[in-house]
Amino acid sequence: MAEALTDADIRKIAKLSRLSLQDAQVSSVRAQLSSILGHIAQLQAVPVEGVEPLAHPLRIVNRLDADEPKPPMPVEDLLRNAPAVEGRFLAVPKVLGDGGGA
Amino acid sequence: MKHAKHASLVEVCGKVRSGSVTARSRVESYLAAIAKREPELHAFNELHIDAARARADAIDATVKSGREVGALAGAVIAIKDNIVMREGRTTCSSKMLANYRSPFDATVIEKLNAAGAIVIGKTNLDEFAMGSSTENSAFGVTRNPHDPARVAGGSSGGSAAAVAAEFCDAALGSDTGGSIRQPAALCGCVGFKPTYGRISRYGLVAFGSSLDQIGPFARTVEDATLLYDHLVGRDANDATTADVAHEPLASRVGRALTKPRIGVPREYRSAGNAPAVAEALERAIAAAKAFGAEIVDIELPLTDIGISTYYVIAPAEASSNLARFDGIRYGHRATLAPGEDLEMLYSKSRAEGFGPEVQRRIMLGTYVLSSGYYDAYYKRALQIRRLIKEEFDRAFEKCDVILGPTSPIPAFPIGGMTDPLSMYMCDVYTVNTNIAGIPGISFNGGFAQEGSARLPIGLQLQAPAFAEETLLRAATMFEAACA
Repeated sequence: MAEALTDADIRKIAKLSRLSLQDAQVSSVRAQLSSILGHIAQLQAVPVEGVEPLAHPLRIVNRLDADEPKPPMPVEDLLRNAPAVEGRFLAVPKVLGDGGGA
Repeated sequence: MKHAKHASLVEVCGKVRSGSVTARSRVESYLAAIAKREPELHAFNELHIDAARARADAIDATVKSGREVGALAGAVIAIKDNIVMREGRTTCSSKMLANYRSPFDATVIEKLNAAGAIVIGKTNLDEFAMGSSTENSAFGVTRNPHDPARVAGGSSGGSAAAVAAEFCDAALGSDTGGSIRQPAALCGCVGFKPTYGRISRYGLVAFGSSLDQIGPFARTVEDATLLYDHLVGRDANDATTADVAHEPLASRVGRALTKPRIGVPREYRSAGNAPAVAEALERAIAAAKAFGAEIVDIELPLTDIGISTYYVIAPAEASSNLARFDGIRYGHRATLAPGEDLEMLYSKSRAEGFGPEVQRRIMLGTYVLSSGYYDAYYKRALQIRRLIKEEFDRAFEKCDVILGPTSPIPAFPIGGMTDPLSMYMCDVYTVNTNIAGIPGISFNGGFAQEGSARLPIGLQLQAPAFAEETLLRAATMFEAACA
């Protein structure tokens, strides 16, 4: 918990976050995250034993809606925002790599 | 901002409905005000001039034909640019969504339209609503109408500035940890965050889904209430909307509460408050005694731990919510170099599209959810969340509403707060409201003289979940007493 973040930690967090980080950014990101985590460390001082976590402020009961089809959004409206399309499809780079990376 | 007493929105919309004032003339007078001061303030990301004029003409034609128009007929409203509309773009003040055009209207937009309101444009915000100053916008800062060298607060800084500068009758914002109430405080208007689940979030670009709530900005509590009356209710498109009865409150907020019990937490009378903020709070307490309130000394010892709790929960939820921005279906897509793969497309698109604060929070959220840290951070934060909620529950056994400052400081100079952590501390009085899911409202409680600038000070009331009527009636009493 109290152990300091390393540059390797920052690179790992960035990778998990799918954010490409320049080498030059690593140390400043490390300093900022360390400062924030240093503050957040005060959470450890609050006694929480036996306290049930609260993920959501409302007591929500699952509500089932009628399973009725509704008209879909027009495909052309949805594709209008796509950065690359081919016909009626979203275009993406090759997904299956030679080494079977996918 | 010494404006004469405004006609209430109820009155103004009544005149539009009776035909004695045209919606078009109202739009034109706001457009004139915008033309004069918007270049300096930058409250808007985009104006919907043609659409607003067309809509006003349609409303006037309906009135002329004798057909019914809604209760908000002719009300001119600005919308925070993280609420989607078919009209124009929805950018979240991010390069990621610079050209995004929504295929649908948010539920709140449909409701405003149904009630006869006119949307005048989309307002600036901290990118993806992450910030307390609107300095994190990819499209430039919004300036405070009371002193353009200072911030308007955030993240809904554009909506607050638009109302304060009289660019519109009212505005919508979103509040995840204070993003309606704090800019309202800094700009001297009313900002109201209802109970979590009161207003549909369908079409609000998600940040922290268990904390986010849409709410109104207005010049008076009554105007904010009128808007709120038309936004509430269960929505089939948002499973988290509460199935709780709501009776329209705008006609009732003027009714004084009899001997309300006003809780003042010791922790809110902190030495960290700016002197003018501390004075405003004491003045409000004195005013409350004068209107017959009972002042109750209460304790909320977990006030200070709120920021740390919030900066685990909100980034955790944000890191998940913002995973959808991958450069594939919409949003910014990076250009790949030869040999770079799909994962590089995600990582480069996100690094290019998101600004520094958004990236910081995504990484923070990813870290606290990651294997080995989840229990120590995220789970523990959720346990403390329950303790914070229970602390409010106990406090509300002794009082009807809780009074305190909205922000410990008035508007600060643009560029004056460079450390992210100091910025986070601005939200010390507002984050726990969202953590507990209860309603809160900020109203003007006075001014701080700083040089030649007269800076508004916001005071906040909080109430138990779904006790909006008590909250808004109390706020109306304070509004009158603090004026």
